[in-house]
Amino acid sequence: MNVIMILYYLITAFIVGVLAWNFVREKKSANDMLLYLLVILPLVLRLLRVK
Amino acid sequence: MKNPKAVKIVLAVAVAALAVAGGLPLHKHRRYRMPVVAGPGVTKVVKLGDFAPRLKGSKADTDVFVLEGREPGGKALFIANTHANEPAGLLACLILIENAVVEKGTLYVIPVFNASASRNTKPGDGYPLYFDIPTDWGAKRFRMGNRDASPLEQWPDPDVFIHYPDRQLLSYIDIRNTNRTWPGRANGPLMERVTFAAMELLRNHNVDAAIDFHGAETMFPVTNCIVAPEKSSKIATLASMTVKAMEGFDSHVEPSPKNFRGLSHREIGDFAETMPFLLEAPIPFLDQPTGPKTVKLLLDGKDPFLLSLAKKKKLFVPYDEDGWPMEKRVGQHLSTALEILRQFSKRNAERSIVISGAPRYADLVRDGVGKYFHDPAKADPKSIYYE
Repeated sequence: MNVIMILYYLITAFIVGVLAWNFVREKKSANDMLLYLLVILPLVLRLLRVK
Repeated sequence: MKNPKAVKIVLAVAVAALAVAGGLPLHKHRRYRMPVVAGPGVTKVVKLGDFAPRLKGSKADTDVFVLEGREPGGKALFIANTHANEPAGLLACLILIENAVVEKGTLYVIPVFNASASRNTKPGDGYPLYFDIPTDWGAKRFRMGNRDASPLEQWPDPDVFIHYPDRQLLSYIDIRNTNRTWPGRANGPLMERVTFAAMELLRNHNVDAAIDFHGAETMFPVTNCIVAPEKSSKIATLASMTVKAMEGFDSHVEPSPKNFRGLSHREIGDFAETMPFLLEAPIPFLDQPTGPKTVKLLLDGKDPFLLSLAKKKKLFVPYDEDGWPMEKRVGQHLSTALEILRQFSKRNAERSIVISGAPRYADLVRDGVGKYFHDPAKADPKSIYYE
């Protein structure tokens, strides 16, 4: 795994963290909660090296 | 919202269930191992990474089956699954590994050249994850792969792929396409290391001929053919004429373009002494205007939309109600490859390669593909390899 690939995994993990934090903080809109979860999904699959 | 915590829990559980339901089949596909029974002709199995240390041990490293004859002679390399969504070449090479015996010379067979692509999928296009070939002892299951290596092995893609060494600008995704990364670099991106290792095999072992097995859409002009550069064109033409006359199927010769870089049929010839050939068999499954991408379409090649287009003369191959079944495509690959070696051997007696026990076009059309696969449950465990 080269350096750039490692950096991309770190960026992905950071974005997952930001989205998860926004999900936790969201209090009003169920639509936004669902949106955060759906956006997070492919990133989690990449971090888990599934897809 | 009255109870946001409860809503979050419900949503999180629902999305997690979605992730598991969608992710688990992909996880299993990536880890599925295809058993291959090495036949009496296989004298050893090495890794492609043995020829290039920077590939060794990576997810892109793959098996090289070596079939050595009793008599010394020439050497040939067969490559399949360069594009892992074109499985006729894979089946042809596995049939050779399980059945062929080399009498003279040496045959190297790499059945899963792009190992990463063979573990990649295209579920967004409705591709099946597996396909089964019926045999006398049950169904033999194969992984259906993708054209390009998985981003899990090589990521990120550049905006534009700059080919080495010509610096031609190619599509970004072709950096994961092992038929655009020839001749490769020892320390390049992973797919360049795959092709570099194959180049090292060809150069260091003085391989005379390399045959790369592919499939192409019926609507693509370069299909049902042998692609050959200038140095291979005579042998390719003789092989094409012979299979047409003796075995009754067409596989015309297409010249390898000089200005389109990165392809096996161009770079192998330019960067090694080896004569390269690329075989294209029609694969209706890959055509865009078809019905659902089912296993049935993959195996029998029958599609009503292609039939309609054939009547309007929009296809580049003959096409009727019989479709273009897998046994025909595998048979064409086997006969054409064996004929190329025969024609090469006729003109290079001291470097000849003689193979026995390999079925040809008529055998495959009569018996089907499954007849030539052996039951791993009854085979000597030492002869079983997993791809």
